[in-house]
Amino acid sequence: MHIIDRRLDPGGKSLANRQRFIRRARGLLRQAVRDAASSRAIREVGDGGAVSIPAGDVHEPSFHAGSGAGTRDHVLPGNKTYSAGDRIQRPPGGQGGGGSDGSPDGEGEDSFAFVLSREEFLDLFLEDLELPNMAKRQIMGEDKERRVPAGFRTTGSPAALSVSRTLRRSLSRRIALKRPSPAELDALRHELEILERSGSDVAAAEALRERIGRLEKRLLVVPFIDPVDLRFRRLDAVPEPVARAAMFCLMDVSGSMDEHMKDLAKRFFSLLYLFLTKRYKRVEIVFIRHTHEAKEVDEETFFKSRESGGTVVSSALKEMARIAAQRFPADQWNIYAAQASDGDNMSSDNALAIELLRDTILPMSQYYAYLEVGRGTSDGIGWVRQETGLWRAYERLVSPNVPMSMRKVGDRRDIYPVFRELFEKKATTKGKS
Amino acid sequence: MSLSRRRSAPPPPGLLFEGADWDFDMLSRIYAAVEEVGLEELGLDIYPNQIEVITSEQMLDAYASTGMPLFYKHWSFGKQFLRNETLYRKGWQSLAYEIVINSSPCIVYIMEQNTATMQTLVLAHAAFGHNHFFKNNYVFRQWTDADGIHDYLAFAKAYIASCEERHGADNVERFIDAAHALMSHGIHRSPRRQPMDLASEQRRERERREHGERLFNDLWRTVPEGRKRAGARPEEERRRALLGLPEENVLYFLEKVAPRLQPWQREILRIVRLIAQYFYPQRQTKVMNEGCATYTHHRIMGRLHETGRITDGAFLEFLHSHTSVVMQPEFDDRRYGGLNPYALGFAMMEDIERICVAPTDEDRHWFPDIAGKGDHMAVLRDAWANYRDESFVSQFLSPHLIRKLRLFRLVDDARADEVVVSAIHDERGYRDIRRALGRHYDVSRQDPNIQVVDVDLAGDRQLLLRHEMVDGIRLEPGDASRVLQHLADLWGYGVRLVEVEGDAIRATHDAQPRRPFM
Repeated sequence: MHIIDRRLDPGGKSLANRQRFIRRARGLLRQAVRDAASSRAIREVGDGGAVSIPAGDVHEPSFHAGSGAGTRDHVLPGNKTYSAGDRIQRPPGGQGGGGSDGSPDGEGEDSFAFVLSREEFLDLFLEDLELPNMAKRQIMGEDKERRVPAGFRTTGSPAALSVSRTLRRSLSRRIALKRPSPAELDALRHELEILERSGSDVAAAEALRERIGRLEKRLLVVPFIDPVDLRFRRLDAVPEPVARAAMFCLMDVSGSMDEHMKDLAKRFFSLLYLFLTKRYKRVEIVFIRHTHEAKEVDEETFFKSRESGGTVVSSALKEMARIAAQRFPADQWNIYAAQASDGDNMSSDNALAIELLRDTILPMSQYYAYLEVGRGTSDGIGWVRQETGLWRAYERLVSPNVPMSMRKVGDRRDIYPVFRELFEKKATTKGKS
Repeated sequence: MSLSRRRSAPPPPGLLFEGADWDFDMLSRIYAAVEEVGLEELGLDIYPNQIEVITSEQMLDAYASTGMPLFYKHWSFGKQFLRNETLYRKGWQSLAYEIVINSSPCIVYIMEQNTATMQTLVLAHAAFGHNHFFKNNYVFRQWTDADGIHDYLAFAKAYIASCEERHGADNVERFIDAAHALMSHGIHRSPRRQPMDLASEQRRERERREHGERLFNDLWRTVPEGRKRAGARPEEERRRALLGLPEENVLYFLEKVAPRLQPWQREILRIVRLIAQYFYPQRQTKVMNEGCATYTHHRIMGRLHETGRITDGAFLEFLHSHTSVVMQPEFDDRRYGGLNPYALGFAMMEDIERICVAPTDEDRHWFPDIAGKGDHMAVLRDAWANYRDESFVSQFLSPHLIRKLRLFRLVDDARADEVVVSAIHDERGYRDIRRALGRHYDVSRQDPNIQVVDVDLAGDRQLLLRHEMVDGIRLEPGDASRVLQHLADLWGYGVRLVEVEGDAIRATHDAQPRRPFM
């Protein structure tokens, strides 16, 4: 008999099979992940967790008996009242007699639920998305700091004592103050002993004795280590460069934006959030909704509630500029903004909106994306031709050096491709295709 | 985890352990004590044991590869793993205390978080109970090679990995998918006839001639010849005989005959079917195997307690776990999920002991061979060696036990509105219930009876399979057509499956191959 401790064996023996399964079910999983993502709040969208996929493609078929026609026979324990020949009403739902041997594994297995890790989830969600390098790093004071060695100092905790530095100083002081070394003293004493034993040169012995006495006194006066020698390592707190981003979600919530359009916008915002969290350690989201006036709201209100009123885009831009100036100074934050609208704007406002964008918003932003959402019924081509006032106005802004791009989306399935298109290019390249 | 790496303080004389903590020295002491009872008092005969301590994570890994330490890679095992992991993480399913592998040396995985009592139980259950059963039961002896399985699995893993390198992982995966679909029909259910060698062929020829000479009567020559048997088509018969048809082992047939398979593909079919064959005995002996192991651990733990090797507290802990293992909910209980093989097996083993030691008149009438025989271990060892579930239940399920479990038999005919209680635990019903329950454990009745019956290799090469329906039960049509699709891919030409009941054809499924395997 042997006892073997396998607990320290490398784990993850099933990893390869798990990966094979995920690869196998990739198509289904991708769909499941997107569906799961759309039902979550923006911040939780990439958290991983349970997904369930239809069993179809990963079903393992085998020849087995079907339910339905035929005679089945069950032997069950725990008879209480039946006697031979009794007839029992078949329980609703088919299987007679409690289903002692119902269908074998596989039957009735409609969906297969399991847990994905955050990495697997994001990997599927952001599959083949190129993350452009647009980060700007800022030196920030407050919460994140790193402690770096910064020379030496004369006070500190014993744990920080630098032995080598202290001894080095002690050595130079001992040399400077001519502290006798124990070896030197020993040699003199030995010499004295020899002189005394021979007893010939009394005067020399006396001089030697006096010298030794002087040296011993000096030894006491000049200590081996003096408080002035002590040196402690010094650690300075250095602010860590934190890459952080503020994401502004701007949405038109006037009556002309229906649920479908909001859903499109939400998907786009979710993607942007995910993308930013992969890139930055901290991402703040600001939701600004507007009709003819703009307001910062929480996510729930942002997507759910409805307002009536006209549409004045510049109000949202103004609000954004105000919040950014107040809370997210551009030299400390990477600012991203995404605007979703159906393109209706008061025509008199277009000029003001453009001015705001050009003079205030775009200079401080890393990236500005404008998403024009349309009705799902559009068949694309016909719809694209018809350009809205806002679109035409924005179009004039877009140029290769401006970190801005704009897209039109009419259907849910367009969101992802559009997002990819936007972000697979460098921000400096021309946005419009 | 309550495991302590310290050396345990020596327990009071005689006691194996106190408290829940265990260490490796203690495991050896426990093993020695269990071994003493198992080998000397119960007369067990076991393969050498190899005890492996694993974590729960590793237990999940082991689940995914049916417990085998080495297994080839395939996504279906990953699916298995994810399913178990999800169930476990959500707390819907707890993990087994142990897994034991039918091999020599017999590998017993035990979980690190088991208490000392549980480790004792697990060693008695797996390292002695299951181990004895693996080594002695005839189906295992006949169908599995305990010495060679690890080497074979290592070969299989390496071979399939090399195929993936050479022929592409996707291609191999698709092929294994197809082979797995037919796994349940890749089993030889009875030993194959060995082809005759020349000497015995000549001997048979000589015997036949002598027999003919002895019976020779010239009168027969004068009897007019009858008409040739109508419908007999000698070429077809000959063709089937050459191909060894009918053949129920579909994978074997494909491996030997399928015209378009590459050698490596045949080898993979062989690997899949040999592994299916290796696990086949386990399916046939679930009740006996668990019954044997449960009875063994119950006896050993009882003995250890009697002789003062374990404390009263540990014995109570053991009883708590034992009773939950052998719990049999009644059919109208919400927890009911079929007959619990542990409960039925253990109850039958105890019942056999009772019949041997303290029989009633009824037992003497029903079991004249063993009633009052006294040496119940000999009877049990003989049963463990020479029966499988079906025959064991048919032979040893006693009226006493039928009454105790209050078994009754239901017949459910889909055509009728009501289910009929055909037998209960009374004088008229015992045999009926026993026969029905025995049949229920007959694996060859659970799996649909599907055979390859014909193929015209010179013609369109369509493969013909036949499902002999039993009790009017048809195949589940969705899965049947999916499996048939896989079969067509393997065969390379069209495939037809007919479901017949007597002479009547009840259903026909057809499949044409999709893109061939490269």
